[in-house]
Amino acid sequence: MNPFAYTRAEGVSNAVRERASEHTAKFIAGGTNIIDLMKENVERPSRLIDITHLPLATVDEMENGGIRLGALMTNADTAYHPKIAERYPLLSKAILAGASPQLRNMATDGGNLMQRTRCYYFYDVATPCNKREPGSGCSAIEGYNRIHAILGTRDTNQDIHCIATHPSDMCVALAALEAVVNVTGPYGERSIPFAEFHRLPGNTPHIDNTLQDDELITAIDLPARGFPDHYAYIKLRDRTSYAFALVSVAAALELENGRIAEARITLGGVAHKPWRRLDVEAILIDKVPSKGVFQQAADAMLEGAQGFGHNTFKIELAKRAIVRALTEATNLNSL
Amino acid sequence: MNLTTEAPLISKKTPLLPATHSVRLTVNGSERELQLAPWTSLLDALREYMHLTGTKKGCDHGQCGACTVLVDGKRINSCLTLAIMQEGKSITTIEGIVQSEGGATSERSDLHPMQQAFIEHDAFQCGYCTPGQICSAIGMMHEGHAKTADDVRELMSGNICRCGAYPNIVTAIQSVMHPQPDTL
Amino acid sequence: MTQYVGKPLSRVDGYDKVTGKAKYAAEFDVPDLLYGYVVNSAITKGKIKRIDTQAALNLPGVVKVFTHENRPKIAWFDMKYKDQDAPPGSPFRPLRDANIVYNAQPIALVVADTFEMARYAASLVEIEYEEDKHETAVETNRHKARKPSVGLTTLFKPGPPKPRGNFEESFSASPVQMTGEYMHSMEHHNPMEMFASTVVYEKGRHKSGGRYTIYDKTQGVTNSILYVSQVFDIPFKDIRVISPYVGGAFGSGLRPQYQLFMAVMAARELKRSVRVTLTRQQMFSLGYRPANVQTVALGASADGKMTALYHGVVSETSQYEDYTEVIANWGAMLYPVENYKLDHKLVHLDVATPMDMRAPGGVTGVSVLECAVDELAFNAGIDPVEFRLMNYTERDQIADLPYSSKELRECFRQGAERFGWVKRKPEPRSMRRGGTLIGWGMATGIWDAFHMPARAEAVLMVNGKLRVSSATADIGTGTYTIMTQIAADTLGMPIEDVLFKLGDSDMPAAPIEGGSWTAATVGTAVKTVCDDLAKKLFKIARKMPNSPFAKATFTDVVFADKAIQLKNDTSVSVSLQAVVDANGGAAVRETSSALPNLFKQRKYARATHSAAFAEVEVDEDFGTVRVTRLVSAIAAGKILNPKTARSQIIGGMVWGISKALEEESVMDHQFGRIMNHNLAEYHVAVNADIQDLDVIFVEENDDIVNPLGVKGVGEIGLVAVPAAIANAVFHATGKRIRTLPITLDKLL
Ligand SMILES: Cc1cc2nc3c(=O)[nH]c(=O)nc-3n(C[C@H](O)[C@H](O)[C@H](O)COP(=O)(O)OP(=O)(O)OC[C@H]3O[C@@H](n4cnc5c(N)ncnc54)[C@H](O)[C@@H]3O)c2cc1C
Ligand code: SF4
Ligand code: FES
Ligand code: FES
Repeated sequence: MNPFAYTRAEGVSNAVRERASEHTAKFIAGGTNIIDLMKENVERPSRLIDITHLPLATVDEMENGGIRLGALMTNADTAYHPKIAERYPLLSKAILAGASPQLRNMATDGGNLMQRTRCYYFYDVATPCNKREPGSGCSAIEGYNRIHAILGTRDTNQDIHCIATHPSDMCVALAALEAVVNVTGPYGERSIPFAEFHRLPGNTPHIDNTLQDDELITAIDLPARGFPDHYAYIKLRDRTSYAFALVSVAAALELENGRIAEARITLGGVAHKPWRRLDVEAILIDKVPSKGVFQQAADAMLEGAQGFGHNTFKIELAKRAIVRALTEATNLNSL
Repeated sequence: MNLTTEAPLISKKTPLLPATHSVRLTVNGSERELQLAPWTSLLDALREYMHLTGTKKGCDHGQCGACTVLVDGKRINSCLTLAIMQEGKSITTIEGIVQSEGGATSERSDLHPMQQAFIEHDAFQCGYCTPGQICSAIGMMHEGHAKTADDVRELMSGNICRCGAYPNIVTAIQSVMHPQPDTL
Repeated sequence: MTQYVGKPLSRVDGYDKVTGKAKYAAEFDVPDLLYGYVVNSAITKGKIKRIDTQAALNLPGVVKVFTHENRPKIAWFDMKYKDQDAPPGSPFRPLRDANIVYNAQPIALVVADTFEMARYAASLVEIEYEEDKHETAVETNRHKARKPSVGLTTLFKPGPPKPRGNFEESFSASPVQMTGEYMHSMEHHNPMEMFASTVVYEKGRHKSGGRYTIYDKTQGVTNSILYVSQVFDIPFKDIRVISPYVGGAFGSGLRPQYQLFMAVMAARELKRSVRVTLTRQQMFSLGYRPANVQTVALGASADGKMTALYHGVVSETSQYEDYTEVIANWGAMLYPVENYKLDHKLVHLDVATPMDMRAPGGVTGVSVLECAVDELAFNAGIDPVEFRLMNYTERDQIADLPYSSKELRECFRQGAERFGWVKRKPEPRSMRRGGTLIGWGMATGIWDAFHMPARAEAVLMVNGKLRVSSATADIGTGTYTIMTQIAADTLGMPIEDVLFKLGDSDMPAAPIEGGSWTAATVGTAVKTVCDDLAKKLFKIARKMPNSPFAKATFTDVVFADKAIQLKNDTSVSVSLQAVVDANGGAAVRETSSALPNLFKQRKYARATHSAAFAEVEVDEDFGTVRVTRLVSAIAAGKILNPKTARSQIIGGMVWGISKALEEESVMDHQFGRIMNHNLAEYHVAVNADIQDLDVIFVEENDDIVNPLGVKGVGEIGLVAVPAAIANAVFHATGKRIRTLPITLDKLL
């Protein structure tokens, strides 16, 4: 870990100003990702701006019927919050499938969005990695890629520069729920639809998302529609708990008169961002839930998927997980 | 309070030098003032600067739970937070478990019921994960989400025990969660 | 008299462990301590061309950076680096020269006045390498495998015996057959406590040398002191190695690890106290359970009698030491096969030397053998328990000796009963629960029952309390507790009045704590010294004025209730307190050695046995396996403390689940580097992985293994479990997975 200066930020504008004035500074919230990476010498900020004293640990009702989650809500407080557990059980379930109770007590919702990949090579400064050191090469493509991406890996020239995945569970649910990320920068505030927050690696894999360096996430808005009746979060991993997803699926449905009126499917652990396809969701609309339709959607979701050896199994696994998640969400087995 | 610490430049190759600052921590009920640079984790502050070595380092990366302490009653991994960030909070380590929980409850010893249960049910072998397990178990009981044995297993999964004492850990915790009338 | 032995006593060190008072190697507070941080090689094979430490040295608080270029002069001969567990070859010598022989090899030590500064400075050490081509994969290099060389450690790890009968002929004539090739990944011990040494430096008696008190993480303080003394040429009297608590080791502490070398080197050179602690990542730069490829072929008669056994092993080792373990021999120790052929070869790779890891070789070989036997039984159409009973033997076929005791049959019976084995439907895929497949599988386990020489001291102190000590270790195994029990019983004292101490090189020597031999070995020494002390106490008592024992002999008395009593009339007694008082106010002490009774032992083979029964639930869509029930029936001689012994077995069972389903150190052969070098990606079982574990201790009496009749329980709990799980997975799915761990992708 390199030496750094420390600033305890007082207010949002103060935090943003501090960040803007020193481009090698970073925010610290729960610390569970940035301190980990600093100990590995992957992150080397010149200054940490402690944002934990900002008044952003809030849960507010919005006029449109949705809920605004302050960026400093911890993962645990979010998941167990009665309003979230009741109206957005998909989100609660996804959060509780991640990390450990201790980590969830520390980790913030803003930090969770910003957590970096768990790619082994990214973490190990002794190996080349385009994400960590642009242009040094990607060790994972020919290396050990069990936890790596199978979708969205190619740039516009069909070249591959990085096959890292975004490791979050929470974000898979947020993508399915069409959350909106509110940020404040030196030039004011803006809102980023969740689908546009994380990005694919293309030929600039060192950039994880569309947040500007000097912007602070202040809140995450959950739209009114929370799918409390028909949802499922399935996480497949190498042990029962305290492990990142190999593949995860968030499924959320609305059923009307026995037909699917609204459908959301998002995959985790398969791409550089939570993987969602509106065209695939459209396949389900107006259909009577059945294994057949679910399988059709699953196949379409994995269209274009490419394995790299150790992770090729994820293609089939993801399809089966989608079918299972949709089945669970519709309670098809008990219908 | 807007606290800012500076780290002056010393040379191009070694750009920054960490300045130390006085950091006030409340640990097990007493306030301690330490000279620390921002890069000192809460775990290292406890172990190396305060000699409270009951809190263990098993990975230093949030991957084992050996460093679990209670901050304002909540269990956290002390290896992934900076000591300087914990100013003004109340930190409880294994050394302070008894006091923090309102004193010893049994005449036989000065132990917290959870500590007693761990001994009784042989919920450890080498003992290295044990302080973390005990703090975590107490934190879990405060959280109040564990009802069944399976809940306990899941909600204690942030504490790895390489000796494999898990079944006894679950039994020990359950004996505290649901004390039998005759042992009360 | 056994007031304590055999009782489920809580650990005597429990209080220290639950209160955080138990101190481990990195936790001793020393004034003016320096912190060392190790730098490791980024490449696998080649040379350091240039190592630039200037930037690190420029930092305030950095005292020194040790590299191969400036390291002090130390022992030159290989012999000096040989520790008690060193395999044949030339031990790795940290900072010896510019050569890199394995990835993550330690190449520099940064010493600074804080841990954080040392860590930062380490990141500024610049290294330029000249890289050579490396080979790190067992599979692609197996054709280069050759016979291991023989050395001292081979005494406990015999190579495969000469073939017996004619395997080829009998195999091809066997109506029932199976053949299979199996692969196991490399695994790392990963005890929760990371390796650390705190070296306290004090000015010595002589001008030149200092005195060193070393708090080391080790399974044998004697091993550490020998190593330090030889390598650094420091006389024994100036070194003391202390290790009261060890945060798990599982074999990784059987050899001195490089932090010990580094810390002593720095302390000696800087004449300061130094602590070196490894990081979790560096824990993957130590020894490990070697990756291996095994081939098995079994033949049986139509009615299920095993006739032919082939077990061939290729396992990895480093380029500099021939590490072996007993992998191939277990089949011939478990089954009365007339024709066997066993083979074990090593592939030399650019890796660190492997090390003993819990049930070394045993779990590796048996995990394969017992899957093969399951397959053979299945091919013969015979229930696996029945099949094993049909092929039961009271003799070890290799040694050609009877077992001193073997209650394995009882393990099968009691284990099967507890598990409810009779309800098993033999057909694979025939049992279900809801949407998941259920599988029931079983396997046999075996492990050696060793007994080694050891010494112990017993002191009846002036306050009438007993202090017993031996330089052994308690790595969580319960040594403190069982030794206290033995001592208390032998001298008829309440357990509160007995203090057992260990882990100090000033104490009488004991062997490294491994191989499950500590209970037998140190237990016998403790028993012997307490018996000897009893005789001494009796002598004193007899000479006391008006002694009621004036006419009695030692055989006429018993030790009970803190007193010596006449057997015939226990009201005639002299308190132990009175005996010490009569000793002129001085404590009464005795030191004794206990040697194995080779004369008695050599006519027998000695082993522990077990039977494990596993239930798994398999979600077929996802390939996920859960072990929902596990019963282990153990025959391990006398159980000194059922509570701590059960914990040992449970720990072994958890390891078995972990090994079968999760554990694997994955090396990227592009780099020759282990990539999942942390506890987030090297998966060991967590609490939620463990469901219902049930332990049965089968009664087994044995007065041949040692006077206490104990055989040790450290390894046997693990041995049978991975095979039982793999067999259960077959029963659930109809798939034989021959590569461990059985991760979900293998079942898709
Ligand atoms: C062992 C381990 C296992 C884990 N397992 C899982 C898992 O299974 N599933 C899962 O989803 N996650 C898992 N996590 C990741 C964990 O959820 C994240 O580390 C956590 O959510 C990050 O939040 P934080 O507040 O601690 O972020 P920090 O570490 O404080 O910050 C992370 C990054 O976000 C930036 N940042 C923080 N807050 C803001 C903000 N408001 N605005 C702008 N930038 C900000 C920081 O500058 C930093 O770059 C695991 C972590 C560990 C260590
Ligand atoms: S996958 Fe991405 S993060 Fe991993 S090594 Fe390649 S470039 Fe780096
Ligand atoms: S030391 Fe903090 S989680 Fe392992
Ligand atoms: S008791 Fe040894 S790690 Fe848990």
